[in-house]
Amino acid sequence: MARVVVDVMLKPEILDPQGKAVHGAFGRLGFDGVADVRQGKRFEITLDGEATEERVAEIRKAADTLLANPVIEDYTLHVENGQ
Amino acid sequence: MKIGVVTFPGSLDDADARRAAAVAGAEAVALWHGDADLHGVDAVVLPGGFSYGDYLRAGAISRFAPVMETIIKKAGEGLPVLGICNGFQVLCESHLLPGALIKNHHRKFICKDQPLRIENNRTAWTSDYDANHEITIVLKNQDGSYVADEATLDRLEGEGRVVARYLDENPNGSYRDIAGITNERGNVVGLMPHPEHCVETLTGPTTDGLGFFTSVLKAVVAS
Repeated sequence: MARVVVDVMLKPEILDPQGKAVHGAFGRLGFDGVADVRQGKRFEITLDGEATEERVAEIRKAADTLLANPVIEDYTLHVENGQ
Repeated sequence: MKIGVVTFPGSLDDADARRAAAVAGAEAVALWHGDADLHGVDAVVLPGGFSYGDYLRAGAISRFAPVMETIIKKAGEGLPVLGICNGFQVLCESHLLPGALIKNHHRKFICKDQPLRIENNRTAWTSDYDANHEITIVLKNQDGSYVADEATLDRLEGEGRVVARYLDENPNGSYRDIAGITNERGNVVGLMPHPEHCVETLTGPTTDGLGFFTSVLKAVVAS
């Protein structure tokens, strides 16, 4: 079974309040030297069989329509084979 | 005259929206997210709440509910649709309205009486307000910060599609203090604050919200 991983991040120009909260916690816990934190989402999608070109294209379509909102987010997609 | 109010799993304000429709003089009809039939309603309200727990993104899952397929189609044909709070998020996710709503910039939930200016009183939902009418209605949200790229914001401003703007302090980080917008045709309106909570003095700070519901009654009669 192959796995397709989709990583979604807010576009750089969109404010990320959750990342800011995590950044604040870094400071309070004494983790110094951190300039910024951005929080994203990772989707691990396990396919029934091999990751054929066609099926990866389907997942890309799902990423475009459901997993990411192109107005505020960008995503990257990669295939992990033979897991 | 029937106003339908959709209930999604996690909707909170559907009962208040139905009540507001009734107070305005309409027959309120409960619509179910899993039923694509709009049961002959003349207008639709997508209510506030946390549909699907705001999982993925606020409104992202609801956008694919069977009832939304019909609403998206009918909105394109001119059906008046008002999305309040979570409903506004659903309208943005459905691409019936541009932009998106993200977490409040201060990261806290807000619940307050919020002054607004109605800047467009030519939509199906705002015709009962005067031009630049200032109203105060309840604002309560977590993901209320309206964002869009500069070109979209300029287009909304240029076409007079900013329906409502926050007065005084910007409560949630919304770009250009935007509290509500409309589509080109003026039948679809998204609004972050809650007019349905402000139709009776017993339970609301004002009755300033009633105008949204009385406006749509007139819009339907006129069409």
